[in-house]
Amino acid sequence: MSDWYRDFANSGVGTTITRQFGLPRPAVLRRYEPGEPLLPGPAVIGTAGGGRLRDALTRLLRDAGVPVLSPVAADGSDDGERPAAVLLDATGVTGPGQLAAAHDFLAPAVKRLRASGRVLILADPPSATDSPATAAARQALDGLVRSIGKELLNGSTANLVYVPDGAEASLASPVRFFLSGRSAYVDGQVLTLSAADVPAGEDDETPLAGRVAVVTGAARGIGAAIARVMARDGAHVVAVDVPAAGESLAAVANEIGGTAFQLDITAADAPARLVAHLRERHGGVDVVVHNAGITRDKLLVNMDAARWNSVMAVNLQAQLDITEALLAADGLLRPDARVVCVSSQSGIAGNRGQTNYAASKAGIIGMVRAWAPAFAGRGATINAVAPGFIVTEMTARMPFGTREVGSRINSLQQGGLPVDVAETIAWLSQPGSAGVNGQVVRVCGQSMLGA
Amino acid sequence: MATTPTPGRRAAIVGGNRIPFARSNSAYAQASNQDMLTATIDGLVARFGLQGEQVGEVVAGAVLKHARDFNLTREAVLGSRLSAATPAYDVQQACGTGLEAAVLVANKIALGQIESGIAGGTDTTSDAPLAVNEDLRRVLIQLNSAKTLGDRLKALRGLRPGQLAPEIPRNAEPRTGLAMGDHAAITAEEWEIGREEQDELTVRSHHNLAAAYDRGFFDDLVTPYLGLSRDSNLRPDSSMEKLAKLRPVFGTGPGATMTAGNSTPLTDGASAVLLASDEWAAERGLPVLAHLVDAQTAAVDYVHGGEGLLMAPAYAVPVMLARQGLTLQDFDFYEIHEAFASTVLATMKAWEDPRFCKERLGLDAPLGRIDRSKLNVNGSSLAAGHPFAATGGRIVAMLAKMLHEAGPGKRGLISICAAGGQGVVAILES
Repeated sequence: MSDWYRDFANSGVGTTITRQFGLPRPAVLRRYEPGEPLLPGPAVIGTAGGGRLRDALTRLLRDAGVPVLSPVAADGSDDGERPAAVLLDATGVTGPGQLAAAHDFLAPAVKRLRASGRVLILADPPSATDSPATAAARQALDGLVRSIGKELLNGSTANLVYVPDGAEASLASPVRFFLSGRSAYVDGQVLTLSAADVPAGEDDETPLAGRVAVVTGAARGIGAAIARVMARDGAHVVAVDVPAAGESLAAVANEIGGTAFQLDITAADAPARLVAHLRERHGGVDVVVHNAGITRDKLLVNMDAARWNSVMAVNLQAQLDITEALLAADGLLRPDARVVCVSSQSGIAGNRGQTNYAASKAGIIGMVRAWAPAFAGRGATINAVAPGFIVTEMTARMPFGTREVGSRINSLQQGGLPVDVAETIAWLSQPGSAGVNGQVVRVCGQSMLGA
Repeated sequence: MATTPTPGRRAAIVGGNRIPFARSNSAYAQASNQDMLTATIDGLVARFGLQGEQVGEVVAGAVLKHARDFNLTREAVLGSRLSAATPAYDVQQACGTGLEAAVLVANKIALGQIESGIAGGTDTTSDAPLAVNEDLRRVLIQLNSAKTLGDRLKALRGLRPGQLAPEIPRNAEPRTGLAMGDHAAITAEEWEIGREEQDELTVRSHHNLAAAYDRGFFDDLVTPYLGLSRDSNLRPDSSMEKLAKLRPVFGTGPGATMTAGNSTPLTDGASAVLLASDEWAAERGLPVLAHLVDAQTAAVDYVHGGEGLLMAPAYAVPVMLARQGLTLQDFDFYEIHEAFASTVLATMKAWEDPRFCKERLGLDAPLGRIDRSKLNVNGSSLAAGHPFAATGGRIVAMLAKMLHEAGPGKRGLISICAAGGQGVVAILES
């Protein structure tokens, strides 16, 4: 399922033609490979406002082997090397006037950004102040970063992380994620961290070592990609799918050294069976990825009850029932557990013919936000990941025009890959991601839909 | 005849896997025995996380076997995700193959010679071996060994058009020329097994198997294969009315009772069971569903001795019961392989018959009646089908799970009849 247009646009003649005619020029994205450095080049860090995170960021980058350059001067003079990442520490901005400093720093630095570069802005959350001026400045960064995302070329991304006072320890994992190739298709996102006990000394190569991860819907597509990435990162994957998908489920489990567990998650006794299986075979569970989902598309006026009910049962009710059962099973869900629920762009933007699907996927977001405080209380997290246009066997069956348009209407001008969703989920599953809770992370290349 | 049981360690049944059984020349028409056995082992590997694991031994077999499959099980292991350093060997005891394989693995575990093992079986009646005509084979051998042109020409003169007809494997006893169904029909008549009770057993088999699938019982026993996720012989809507319409296919005259419905069809499939010591299972966080307590084989002289071809289990069970100090009623589940409905019914009738038990089995009293509500409660071969060597593995894994679900200390009896007048029986206990 190669992206023929992207390949063409990056060929010799294709480059000429797409430039001449002003056609979209999707880049070959920098994606994570084990053993690669965090960034392919140096980073530059600037400040606007007080900038309480700058020293921590510098340390974090240096520890990761990333050289940190001095900010590019307004006249364009610099250290000579083009940055692979531009970080703006905007903590401490108290009013719109201070945003000029953001502009002064970003404009020359972003101009020199490498391909597949990263722009990452850090700020205090707008909600954490009573001052309208301060809130205005902080919220302004949201519009700024989303616009930068739309201006960037060559596979670069821009994201914003709100860091409340006291949540500084939570910073490392999201910063590493947004700078790395793991976030290749995550663009224009705004994340709000929370204070948490973040374990130290995580292994960058196998952050999930020794962890047991359940992945539902693991027999194919995005679920199989999630299983592969989790296993690559060190987890033992319990791959779950309906019994009818058992043949490919077994193949996935065998490929990654995991185990196959055939289960219809909508069966009345499914939560109990999963609990019993995890207790018997693993003594507990660290990560649960609710990925299984189905579509039964029809316009609302033509939709029968069966279509509506089956989508709700698989996509939403099963996630609720299983999560509840895991929480209720004494000691089964380990204290620092991570639950990641796969939502969808449709759940955010809505989609014609998908009232049932979009409702179920929006419901997931509500569920995640409602459960987040309880999860935080036990040192755990629950988050949602909302994929945009992801190239799978399902999209390959779409009509050519619909598929091409669907895959191009985002800042990166291409569809994402299942691995992009998987990388985001694996990141949220890391012990170090303790400070990311109740969030919805879109993996959509900054789609124009629902933004 | 009875010997004292040796106390000691017993092999644990950890779990099993099989592919859905397919009626001959259907879903698995293009799959070989090796394909099916490899897929079945790989499904087991996936279920229990055995990738790259070196298990003590893999023992399996096939009844209908190509000459090229002389090392069938070892080849399947090499094609699977198990460690290539896992030894394997083939066994063949007709329809008893699968259970016999489990007994062999269990015995080595009990003796401490291996800590884990996989027992299995596979059979295809679709991809069956066809041999060249016996006359042609001789000519070809002669031709191959000829040294001179003259000798070769002489050998070639032995060629005849009729030799093009291949040797097709037949489901018939070599010493009697009778099909197994014909033998079973003789026994059915001898024991006066009626059409209705055979059809009743058949309907129950289908309904029980369908219900077990519906409640997800087979979710951790079966892995779909080549698009099939349930046994293709299964008829959930089977009924007495439908079965009554079928004409007898075995036996002759008005007394013939055996139809295509109450006899198992030719089937393709494979099964595998993971056995281990308790310690091996515990180290890996794997369950112990049940233990294999004892096993017994028996054979009868169906050629000259006046006994039915498929009656050997009737002889094997009392020997095993005596050794274990058990009665026929001391079981929570009975798994009597349904080669034919009449075989199951004749076997049970024989155990209830004072004369048979006294004269043939040498017992003072009959073994007695089996509580029918404990018999083949999740369906058996009439519904699932019967790929000869795969049936034993199907039953062992399924019964072990049933016993595990019923709680500790539950006991199950397995009885499998086999061609050549043989029988293999075993006891499992949770």
